[in-house]
Amino acid sequence: MADMTVAQIRSLIIKHKRWDLIFGIVGILALMVGVLTFVTLFAGMVLDGAHRLSWDFFANFPSRRAEHAGILSAWVGSTLVMLVTAVTAIPVGVGGAVYLEEYAAKNWLTDIIEINVTNLAGVPSIIYGLLALGLFVYKFGFGQSILSAGLTLALLILPVVIVATREAIRSIPSVIREGAYALGATKWQTTADHILPYSVPGILTGVIIGLARAIGETAPIITIGALTFIAFLPPAPFSGDPPAGLFDWLFAPFTVMPIQMFNWTSRPESAFHQNAAAAGLVLVVMTLSMNALAIYIRYRLRKNIKW
Amino acid sequence: MTEGLGAQAALALKAESRGLNFFYGAFQALKSISMPIYDKKVTALIGPSGCGKSTFLRCFNRMHDLYPGNRYEGEIRLHPDNTNLLNPHVDPIEVRMRISMVFQKPNPFPKSIYENVAYGLRVRGVRGVATVDEKVEQALRGAALWDEVKDRLNDLAFNLSGGQQQRMCIARALATEPEILLFDEPTSALDPIATASIEELIADLKHKVTILIVTHNMQQAARVSDFTAYMYLGEMIEFDATDTIFIKPKQKATEDYITGRFG
Repeated sequence: MADMTVAQIRSLIIKHKRWDLIFGIVGILALMVGVLTFVTLFAGMVLDGAHRLSWDFFANFPSRRAEHAGILSAWVGSTLVMLVTAVTAIPVGVGGAVYLEEYAAKNWLTDIIEINVTNLAGVPSIIYGLLALGLFVYKFGFGQSILSAGLTLALLILPVVIVATREAIRSIPSVIREGAYALGATKWQTTADHILPYSVPGILTGVIIGLARAIGETAPIITIGALTFIAFLPPAPFSGDPPAGLFDWLFAPFTVMPIQMFNWTSRPESAFHQNAAAAGLVLVVMTLSMNALAIYIRYRLRKNIKW
Repeated sequence: MTEGLGAQAALALKAESRGLNFFYGAFQALKSISMPIYDKKVTALIGPSGCGKSTFLRCFNRMHDLYPGNRYEGEIRLHPDNTNLLNPHVDPIEVRMRISMVFQKPNPFPKSIYENVAYGLRVRGVRGVATVDEKVEQALRGAALWDEVKDRLNDLAFNLSGGQQQRMCIARALATEPEILLFDEPTSALDPIATASIEELIADLKHKVTILIVTHNMQQAARVSDFTAYMYLGEMIEFDATDTIFIKPKQKATEDYITGRFG
């Protein structure tokens, strides 16, 4: 660059650096669209609904009088449905992912299964609702119950769990796997003693993110026919007479948080809209705390694993 | 080390590779390799990168079976029972229970030092706290690590230094009392001091176990091994006593490589 003076070089750098500035501004604007939208929504809900949050709001059933209405049946329903979802989606999803990563032969059949698992993640949730209506509600005769809803949402988050588990398994270096095999371990010993324990942080993160998505799902739950107004609780889990009564809760009718909100927003009175905002606030806080939990668990468990 | 090939009659054969071909899919990585592995001796495999020395080593514990599309031809006979390790009817797990391996980079499991060393025993179904304790201590002593870690056996293995981790991996491989110990460039990720301690250890271990070591470092081969094989492009160019290989090799190609004119 002998043909350039120092002054020329400097002016060239200034010219080039202008793009750094421009991109920085564009980037911040793009980011703000997302962040500000969420903050605005959240702030709106806080302003409308925060004053409704009280012990009674959590402990009351829905009511025709807005000031007495609460979300008891909704949050209990959501919790129980999530329980069924987690209990089904975790073993099925983790098992499927372990099979695909560790056991399946690499052939066209595996490829087709892999592509379909990824595709499942993109199926609109209402389609799962229709499937569940036909299969769980009518064919298997589970009715419009907590069990049907939990299984539906489990199907919905299955791809998330499978993908997260596979990512977690793939992040284990091959020398660790080889180290176990080199000591004479079988496939199952390697999986049970090494692959699964070391993937727990990633699996839990995936499961919780999946559950956080499932807890806000409305469409499939409406499709299978959750009640919109319900003034009683399902029997407490495992409280009935054993053995048959233990699972009564699974077959109980129910409602969930988003449906309760939907019900309230469709009322004309503004007092109910405030209830909806308050319930939304609770739902968002539930989702955010699940995400926070996922981050915390990942951080805690990853501390012992360095590779 | 003065014994030449002439003295080999007095040496016991631990294993023998006969006409071994190995294929990664369509690519032939090893071409008709034949060589003896002598009992309780250190045999070094040297050669430029990509010559197939690690591939050859990994045939001995059937590591290639873990990945699809790999194929062996020929045989590796393990003595005294004359089992062909490469026979498809021989379970690779059986092979790996008899022949241990230490990898290029230390690969501790994210578990405690104790659990790392004990893992091979657990795989073999060894129960009984006292038995496992004893074998773990024995293995750690064998790997010259016991005094450094005896007070923190329950610490995570990641907290050890690189050289200590590699010695722990050697202890892990020793705990099950293997017949052959395979080393795949065991010091390439270590500093010179840790390297010296590993080499010392190898010299020590050969009284107990047969050792096969891949190394890219010719001085290391000269220091630790009794026999050396020079490989190039998947072929065995020359195998002889280490002294012979380094002082007056028979092949011109070996001499060129040893003297640094090539590679």
